[in-house]
Amino acid sequence: MNAVPVNADPMKPVQDDRMVGKSVRRREDPRLLTGRGRFVDDIELPGMLHAQFVRSTVAHGRITAIDLSEVRRVPGVLAAFTAADLELGDIVAQLGRPLSEFVPTAMPVLARERVRFVGEAIAVVVARDPYAAEDGLEAAKVTYETLPPITNEQQALATGAALVHEEAAHNTLVDVSLFATEGIDEIFDQASCVVRVEARTGRQNALPLETRGAVAQWDDREEQLVLHTCTQIPHQVRTVAARCMRLDERAVRVIVPDMGGGFGLKCVVGREEIAVAAAALRLRRPVKWIEDRKDALSASFLAREQHYTARAAFNADGRILGLDADVVCDMGAYSCYPFTAGIEPLMASAEMPGVYKVPAYRVRGRAIATNKAPTAPYRGVSRPQQVMVVERLMERAARELDLDPVEIRRRNVITEFPYTGINKMTYDPGSYLESLNLCERSLRDAGWYERQTAALAEGRHIGIGFSCFSERTGYGSGAFAQRKMKIVPGFDLAEVRMDTSGAVTVTTGTMSHGQSHETTMAQIVADALGVDIAKVKLHQGDTDRITYGWGTFASRSIAIGGSAVRLAATKLGDKLRAIAAAEWGISPDEIELDRGRVRRRDVDAVLTHEHLADIAYLQSHLLPKDIDPGLSASAVFDVSNDGTFSNATHGVVVELHEGTGQVEILAYVCVEDCGVAINPQVVEGQCRGGIAQGIAGALFEQVTYDAQGEPSATSFMDYKVPTAHEIPDISIHHLETPCTFTETGAKGAGEGGTIGAPAAVLNAVNDALRATGVELDNTPITPETVHRALTPSTPERTP
Amino acid sequence: MNETSELDDIQLITLDVNGTSHEVIVPARHTLVDVLRHDLRLTGTHVGCEHGICGACTVLVDGLPARACLMFAAQAEGARITTVESLADPETGALGDLQRAFTEHHGLQCGFCTPGFLMLAEGFLAQRPEPTREEIREVVAANLCRCTGYQTIVDAIEACATARCADRAEQAPGAEETPCN
Repeated sequence: MNAVPVNADPMKPVQDDRMVGKSVRRREDPRLLTGRGRFVDDIELPGMLHAQFVRSTVAHGRITAIDLSEVRRVPGVLAAFTAADLELGDIVAQLGRPLSEFVPTAMPVLARERVRFVGEAIAVVVARDPYAAEDGLEAAKVTYETLPPITNEQQALATGAALVHEEAAHNTLVDVSLFATEGIDEIFDQASCVVRVEARTGRQNALPLETRGAVAQWDDREEQLVLHTCTQIPHQVRTVAARCMRLDERAVRVIVPDMGGGFGLKCVVGREEIAVAAAALRLRRPVKWIEDRKDALSASFLAREQHYTARAAFNADGRILGLDADVVCDMGAYSCYPFTAGIEPLMASAEMPGVYKVPAYRVRGRAIATNKAPTAPYRGVSRPQQVMVVERLMERAARELDLDPVEIRRRNVITEFPYTGINKMTYDPGSYLESLNLCERSLRDAGWYERQTAALAEGRHIGIGFSCFSERTGYGSGAFAQRKMKIVPGFDLAEVRMDTSGAVTVTTGTMSHGQSHETTMAQIVADALGVDIAKVKLHQGDTDRITYGWGTFASRSIAIGGSAVRLAATKLGDKLRAIAAAEWGISPDEIELDRGRVRRRDVDAVLTHEHLADIAYLQSHLLPKDIDPGLSASAVFDVSNDGTFSNATHGVVVELHEGTGQVEILAYVCVEDCGVAINPQVVEGQCRGGIAQGIAGALFEQVTYDAQGEPSATSFMDYKVPTAHEIPDISIHHLETPCTFTETGAKGAGEGGTIGAPAAVLNAVNDALRATGVELDNTPITPETVHRALTPSTPERTP
Repeated sequence: MNETSELDDIQLITLDVNGTSHEVIVPARHTLVDVLRHDLRLTGTHVGCEHGICGACTVLVDGLPARACLMFAAQAEGARITTVESLADPETGALGDLQRAFTEHHGLQCGFCTPGFLMLAEGFLAQRPEPTREEIREVVAANLCRCTGYQTIVDAIEACATARCADRAEQAPGAEETPCN
């Protein structure tokens, strides 16, 4: 048992020992540093078999025959199942929108008569070891009647195009036109300055370093299918698994072990995890599937391929008058569960005005189906692109109007809160102007403007760029309902229990996969309950252990899950005080919680948690009638308004290198405000890691497809993930505008880095290209593009 | 299926892992990382790409960092293999200095790539005990991390190198003062 520190001064305020706001060491680290974590591939069960998937070799086609007879003869192979063998229900994600706005499409667990992308799972092969399973794949014979592959937006929308889903005319899954402020056309007609941007962003993989994987086992005693899987949304996987296998939901238990990242790719239900569960159910033996990197890159879930056509009107003072945008998101072959193919276009459409006071707005957002791997939410979801487009419009207007690029932002950022935007969203208080000013000052004080001028004189190309943005976090059920999701995430539910040793067990519906919740949630509980942080243990990711939850995505965990945890801990604290009050015969108001004890305010007397827990459990006859035995409390937290908005400004200095076309990042400053930082070191980690992923999208990563729909990137040889060589040191400044409606004052902090980086990098590159007259609007910004911009005589590359 | 059965020819090999000798019966085609993880149950070494780029499977082979996904287990016979499981104190379980530096500097988030970075750094620091920050960054660029943005990994290795250097200076009193980078 941990010793309770003695307080020399009994009247010393408890506040001094607050854990929230301190960079306490992570609870997760010791096991992860010693190789004692438990990731899904570390799970080994007696008699376990290994699965791999026969995958489509064509992008679009009808399956005319599947012959697995040779597969079943391969040494070591025990079984091979097609869709017809397993008879599973489909995965169907729905929006509550009319057919004119959303076309629901089914994603079968295994392809039946039709394949829609290279890599689509057709059959599952189960063998005694992973090597034999791979051998089995080689022996599969699938024949196809090929159909014309739809590999880009132009083909998808062309008249008479082949249809990826027969029910979706024009290959359009989502088509919404929103806001359309009255008189917007006149505003553009009469504006003194109208600027345009057309931008395309590359298709990316969120790329958790741990690929997806699952271990499934039927448990006869529990009459339950136990599915160990690395998912950000355990309860939603349970729902889908139960429905696909036609089991009661009780008969599925999803357990999430340590997870090697997710970034959104694991916050949708994967068809393979369901197929593995079904195979284990059929075979009554444990089955493991670990995705290889080729499948992870080409056949899991991708994101971010979008095309913006946008214009903005400004007055002569550089104040924005209107924003008009058309967004087309290439969602690939299927709608993901639970978010649907609407995830990207609906996010882009709703949130594009961002941090600026935009008086008139019109947007059309579309999701189109193509013969590519489907799309899942990826860290930031559309905001990296929409921020990039709006920030390009700002820069372009600044050039047209001969204004400083920071000054034009100053004139347009929201400064009075709460602010209800043209997009009908109400922004809670933030530090938009302050972060912008601080970021600029930071680069100015470091001498970067002088260095830029000096470099220019030497013929070098140094550019400075900014991005200014907010990040809506803590989407409650209200916000998701407004998006018209049929499956409406939002609330979270926490339970806090104390045992007779005074140790505290916390459950949350959120699912940490790198975000340090075992530490940060314990910090919240330690403060709320007046208990040593070492006494608090968080449990997550086990549907039989946790009442219910929506998992971790959309930067919801600390804002919503952390609030539920705080509420539950406070309730438990109230019970401790009530029990003590009964013992002392005083009012609970005269008692405070203090590090493993409760303390009387009036005289120097304490009772330990262990003592109170003994009464609650072992001597419950001592409890007054109105206090139930036991020490546990649960609480729900939801956000009924539009959520809480974290904000930041990023400032980047780049140098472009002639000859190689390399974009070198010389300096990177991030001024961020996520309200109360529960653990500042963790917040900085989220910022830096997020920025690295944003830089990856801006400069390096892209999955392209050839005319047949074959993906170009199937290994790390052709999908360039940036290393320590490309990612610079990042300087972070914190501002703190506490959220007024979360229980801790915290806002979400998970995605901002990724959101802000592409815009800032792109603006910096364009600043460096100023003398050339070339402006770039697409990402990734390849060395070839930069080289051509710097060297106008470079001939176009012939394909 | 002759080809398969040849690949599955089993061999009895002896592997020296973290100072312990293990006799294992493995098919010829099984990689070192698979044998470490699944036969010896040393699951600290991870598999991230199976083609030698990400470095999650980095172990030391005769003291030098190597990709355990690119070696057959049989190739490692006769070599000294060191994995992440060797870094903590075997008696007390206390973290080693490099591990402590990683936790102090928040050099890990999901922790999946971490064993690879630890072994990479151990191998590197053994070769080059007083590296510059730039040299550390160059070596860190050998592996992939998707969570941290690398800066805190570099910070951790730098701090560990500096502390080791100071320790060496302390332990060798009379020796000429050598500046620690």
